[in-house]
Amino acid sequence: MHMADALISPAVGGTMWAATAALTVYSGKKLRERMDEQKVPLMGVLGAFIFAAQMINFTIPATGSSGHLGGGMILAILLGPHAAFLTMASVLTVQALFFADGGLLALGCNIFNLGFFPCFIAYPLIYKKIAGDRPTPRRILLGAMAAGILALEMGAFGVVLETTFSGISDLPFLTFTLIMLPIHLAIGIVEGLVTTAVVTYVWKARPEVLERVTTSGSLAPLPMKNVLAGLLVVTVITGGALSWFASAHPDGLEWSMFRTSGKEELKTPDTGPYFLLGQLQDKTAILPDYGFRSPEGAESEQKEQEEPPSSEEPWPAVSAGTSVSGLVGALVTMLLAGLIGLALRRYHRRV
Amino acid sequence: MGNRRHAPLAPVVLDQVFMPKIESSLFDLSYFDTLSGLDTPIHRLDPRVKVVTTMLFIVAVMSFDKYETSGLVPFVLYPVALLAVGNLPLGYLLSKVLLAAPFVFFVGIFNPFFDRAILVHLGPVGISGGWISFASILIRFILTVSAALLLVASTGIHGVCQALDKLGFPRSFTVQLLFLYRYLFVLVDEASRMTRARALRSFGTRGTGLQVVGHMIGQLLLRTLDRAQRIHAAMLCRGFDGEIRQFRPLKIRSGDILFAVGWLAAFLFMRIYDVPQWLGKLATGLVP
Repeated sequence: MHMADALISPAVGGTMWAATAALTVYSGKKLRERMDEQKVPLMGVLGAFIFAAQMINFTIPATGSSGHLGGGMILAILLGPHAAFLTMASVLTVQALFFADGGLLALGCNIFNLGFFPCFIAYPLIYKKIAGDRPTPRRILLGAMAAGILALEMGAFGVVLETTFSGISDLPFLTFTLIMLPIHLAIGIVEGLVTTAVVTYVWKARPEVLERVTTSGSLAPLPMKNVLAGLLVVTVITGGALSWFASAHPDGLEWSMFRTSGKEELKTPDTGPYFLLGQLQDKTAILPDYGFRSPEGAESEQKEQEEPPSSEEPWPAVSAGTSVSGLVGALVTMLLAGLIGLALRRYHRRV
Repeated sequence: MGNRRHAPLAPVVLDQVFMPKIESSLFDLSYFDTLSGLDTPIHRLDPRVKVVTTMLFIVAVMSFDKYETSGLVPFVLYPVALLAVGNLPLGYLLSKVLLAAPFVFFVGIFNPFFDRAILVHLGPVGISGGWISFASILIRFILTVSAALLLVASTGIHGVCQALDKLGFPRSFTVQLLFLYRYLFVLVDEASRMTRARALRSFGTRGTGLQVVGHMIGQLLLRTLDRAQRIHAAMLCRGFDGEIRQFRPLKIRSGDILFAVGWLAAFLFMRIYDVPQWLGKLATGLVP
């Protein structure tokens, strides 16, 4: 199961999309440079193969439950990291578009978690070092297991980080990690075993297939600065444009403080180091409270000693009146939307 | 299928779980193909415009606060309009949304456990923040998934690939996506024949173990590689020189721009103003 849009914030989704897009463009460029665009039909067909292979279940030895192949490692072994990344990305795209397995905004995250880690980290740094040049059944087993486990654990950790940074799910970081990592250790072991079984079969039946990849040249280091540049651009955009949508109400900390103590901020003492530092901060802050500074300096000092004015509504609107009208309004809106839909369909049927 | 009654539980469960799944996913894909071949105003829109508008929709929906519920509801207008004007089947869409729901449900259901502060009172009943954010997650899920499914059902894989290509994705990515789609039917068919053959020859959990599956997938792989070789040779015979060209240019028309700008304005309006609250106040104000 891949990440859904409902659990991600636009900032996280956008950032991961930027990283994935940069990696995709980079992989495409690398393929073109190496004249590997001839591989495109092979990549497409292998993508379809991974899809089909994922539907072949098997019983896991000790438990009796069933599992299936992931596929990133096999693709990397057969195609090399760049082509494998693009192929994995397309498999995930088809899954997201046609099977609703993973959201569109989350697609960037999913491609990163399930494509980048196996193809650009686990494969070159682990599998290739262990079993790349002279594969034997034992080395294949060792390499595939180690690479599979590492790739899946990194992917799972990526999911945890992305969900936690989005702040929509309330699962605490530690709890989520402690749930995800052991499960994905088991899945990683299974993935390693299936990969080993398949690669060993291929190595016994047609070893030249495996040799094709190892002779295609060394891996250039990833253009990290492009990835970072992309991340920087997205951060600026999300910080600038999307913050218009940021709630003007107090943030979670201020809200919970207000609920427990009746104040949104702690009152700082009038003398001593706190006061002096507070004065200094006041003078130097360019964007106090994330807004533009008001023209008079005296006004801001006055505000500091006042409690936040009660004209600011405590968040969220706790009065029962607003919530009932909100509920009624939601029902009315849905009714209206349904009626509009019916009307549109009638109108277009006639035309 | 008389053997089903006598065989122990495990293979029956396995059979019923994954055999129909392979065939039903093929059926799903062909149905999507049929749906994307319809001729409605939505289908005639430029695919780039549809992709961009859907992405803006998703971003707008996701930019809401985690406790927002009523403000999200008017966004249902976009999928409803696409469904209605595009003449797409509602029941089918809902069944696909439900199929994708379990994972999100499972993660979201933790929210009420961790967030117990009572936020709202509906009469005597106090509702905690966790339940509100859980409801918000479910609403977001329904909105985003239905928008994505409707995008594909009204655009089709070719349209989506064209849009991705024009939006900057490398040609090698979009073309191999098309190849993947085409050969998916062929390969899934082969895989389903293999699994059926295995199911008919296995008993209990014998025959469904790792070694057999390794051989099956390995065989499928070798056949796939041979097939890819034949495809490549056929393409070379027809003049493929490694460079992929596209010859049907896309044109943006005024209808497309109107669609995009109109919906963007609607999304901004619904994002900034809480329409249900206003309607609700209107409605409850009328009732004495």
